[in-house]
Amino acid sequence: MIEFKNVTKTYGSIKALDGFTTKIEDGKIVGLLGPNGTGKSTSLKIAAGLSKPDFGSVEINGAEPSKETKAQVAFLPEIDHLYPWMTIRRCADFISAFYADWDWDKYKELVEFLGLNPSTVIGKISKGMRAKAKLLFTFSRNAPIVLLDEPLSGIDVLVREKIIQTIVRDYGKGGQTIVISTHEISEIEPLIEYVIFLEDGKIKLEGNVEDLRFKYKRSLVDIMKEVYGR
Amino acid sequence: MEFDSTRPIYLQIIDVIKKQIIRGELKPGDKVLSQRDFAEKIRVNPNTVQRAYKEMESMSILETIRGQGTFICNRPEMLKEIKAEMANEILTTFISDMRSLGFETDEIRDIVNSSLKGE
Repeated sequence: MIEFKNVTKTYGSIKALDGFTTKIEDGKIVGLLGPNGTGKSTSLKIAAGLSKPDFGSVEINGAEPSKETKAQVAFLPEIDHLYPWMTIRRCADFISAFYADWDWDKYKELVEFLGLNPSTVIGKISKGMRAKAKLLFTFSRNAPIVLLDEPLSGIDVLVREKIIQTIVRDYGKGGQTIVISTHEISEIEPLIEYVIFLEDGKIKLEGNVEDLRFKYKRSLVDIMKEVYGR
Repeated sequence: MEFDSTRPIYLQIIDVIKKQIIRGELKPGDKVLSQRDFAEKIRVNPNTVQRAYKEMESMSILETIRGQGTFICNRPEMLKEIKAEMANEILTTFISDMRSLGFETDEIRDIVNSSLKGE
């Protein structure tokens, strides 16, 4: 379980998170939704142990983010974090050295499924391919918690479908906890079980997706339009 | 697969399977995709597919044989049942929609009859 307790984080004069409190249960695919600048990335970074809250706390299975929790968490950042001069295979070698749960069989299977070539240089591939490569490195681990920050942004529809398929596939095998932050709500709607809408660093609405759709008699996209009044 | 945004997805999955049975695309005894493969194919949360499969097992539409997979049940009366059920759902919606527009029973009957004649 990932538990955010009253987490507040400010960057200069901007409050990225403002008393953010929620519990993310084990084994669920959770969507973290909301407009830009509402604290989605910040909350994932804090859970991944890459940033610290100013106030409040985050617990991963009861422990504060640390080296130990990092071993349980696979994080896909929104930014391009990979060395552009490395080939995909070289990069896999590099990342695998950090994680005990790296799984080469999974890596090989995913390379094939995603249609990637291990000898291509990361700096020379398209945006869609790079997004696939980032997904490859995230899911080549057997981490019980997977955090995906905007895995679909700026990517064409065919690649988006493949990425969603990869997430479903991996979840179907292991039943990990997967948290996805995204704008592409309509596409991940059938994928997520629980949704958290953020606004100004706070929860605007959260709940089981099927229950919300039933209650509001509309899709998450339309609920979101209503929630944010736009 | 396109989903209607206002209904639970697991119910929509059940409808899709039922329609495939009615159209003869799935026949009694046919093997269906595993929950995992089906979820991947339609890009839906595997738990949602699991719920749909479970529901269909309790309705005796699907049966899972351990070690062999999931199959369309081999019941002779199934097709008739499913057809009647789906017809009933369509009619219920239709009648309540017509009533909300203020149509009386006789008027509804007349409209249906004349449109059937015009087919």
